[in-house]
Amino acid sequence: MKGISRRRFLAASLAGGAATTMTLTKNALGAGTFEGYPEGMGVLVDLTRCVGCRTCEAACNKEQKLPAPAEPFDDMSVYDRSTEEGQQRRTDENHYTVVDRYEPTGAKHPLYRKVQCNHCNEPACLTSCFVHAYTKTKEGAVVYNPNVCVGCRNCMVACPFRIPAYSYSSAFDPVIKKCIFCYDTRLKYGKPPACVEACPQQVLTFGHRKELIKIGNERIKAHPDKYVDHIYGENEVGGTSWMYLSSVPFEQMGFDTTLGKEPIISHVKDFLATVPVVLAVWPALFTGFHLLSKKKEHQDQDHSPTTQEDVEP
Amino acid sequence: MAIGSSALDAASPLKGERAVMDTTWKWFVGGVVLAALSLVPALPGEAQDVPDTIQIESLSHLYGGVHFDHAMHIDIAGGCAVCHHRGPGALAENEKCGQCHPNAEQEQVKACQACHPADPFSAATLRERDSQGSRHHRDILGLKGAYHQGCTGCHATMGGPTGCQDCHRRTEAGDAFYHAGKYAPKAEAAETERHSQ
Repeated sequence: MKGISRRRFLAASLAGGAATTMTLTKNALGAGTFEGYPEGMGVLVDLTRCVGCRTCEAACNKEQKLPAPAEPFDDMSVYDRSTEEGQQRRTDENHYTVVDRYEPTGAKHPLYRKVQCNHCNEPACLTSCFVHAYTKTKEGAVVYNPNVCVGCRNCMVACPFRIPAYSYSSAFDPVIKKCIFCYDTRLKYGKPPACVEACPQQVLTFGHRKELIKIGNERIKAHPDKYVDHIYGENEVGGTSWMYLSSVPFEQMGFDTTLGKEPIISHVKDFLATVPVVLAVWPALFTGFHLLSKKKEHQDQDHSPTTQEDVEP
Repeated sequence: MAIGSSALDAASPLKGERAVMDTTWKWFVGGVVLAALSLVPALPGEAQDVPDTIQIESLSHLYGGVHFDHAMHIDIAGGCAVCHHRGPGALAENEKCGQCHPNAEQEQVKACQACHPADPFSAATLRERDSQGSRHHRDILGLKGAYHQGCTGCHATMGGPTGCQDCHRRTEAGDAFYHAGKYAPKAEAAETERHSQ
């Protein structure tokens, strides 16, 4: 009779655990279809317009109060240096945006690409951060709270665009540094980021992300000979707030075209969904086993009659 | 354009060697000239004052204003509609305009800022832009973008100047902004910063 009781307990535990697992997995799958906040803003970067003047870099430096640069922002020798070193510039703790020069095969002149945080709809940096330093705001910006950052640098590994940088120069208070879409000073007041406002060529078009996709498609439709038929960032890794148009295949401009449409979290969510289940169910399950075995021992010791409630009708 | 061609057509027989002209010819030429002259006020573009020079400085901050030699550019471009892509001659440049603006030819030549907003990304401009449906004008350039894309785009193909300071001098605010000129990083400091990267 005691055997029946134990079996019932086990069956109930497993059924409960399975139900919890299924519910959580369903919720996690639901998160995979998030397409950004409806009123989320974005920027459409039209690489066919960029002349590589680096004004956006200067604007970012001023707005974010970054340290003085190594060379003036009108110094174009940075491009030659990248070519000599065979390595394009990347964002770092003092440069939240950089412009790189590319010379794709068949292009009549060099082309330029502005690099900054793309502000993903489902940011991998946010997912990877266990202290919840990151937030995706309703305006579309991916911002972070440096006060809670513990410097684990998981976000640097997680980011598919290699954007978050680390303040290695700070010995005592190193934190993650990256573009925040000028959230604190401009975006939350409805203003475009500093780089957008400064760009002389209007390479950068600011607006609601949904509208920008329409504008991008209209430009491609109006000039099919000028543009590659793709908006980079419309669907990549679940969509990004910053998107690109190009006249040459994106891989020739240094873009990773192998990322796929799934947000980075999709690759790990099945595993992550089981973690709370394990944490919630396993202690209860094994406590149950423990109590049951103790109870058996207790009952074996005092030889009292079996409680009738445990018997199956 | 119509005036130019009719005047040329009329002028060519005048270059003939005969000293004495046939009376019929005289009347014909006179008629053509009169007809051409009577057309002039009817063309709105011609009725406007065309400035020889324009000081473009509404956006000047990091760079000073541009002293624009309008007359010289008219000579080079050979027609208002090349730059003023709305108004007389515009339909010849882009037939698609006529689909929504059948009367575009009758409109006056407009200055850039009449259509291209100085604040293309302000909340008010965005609201207006987003309410445009799927119209072409939803993707209209801001004033700064229109100036730079229009001017340097043409300069690049026509061999005109394309450097920033070829058209406008950088101001002191501009030097500070770009960390250039007297605000340029000191050599040693720059070297240290470069190595720290």
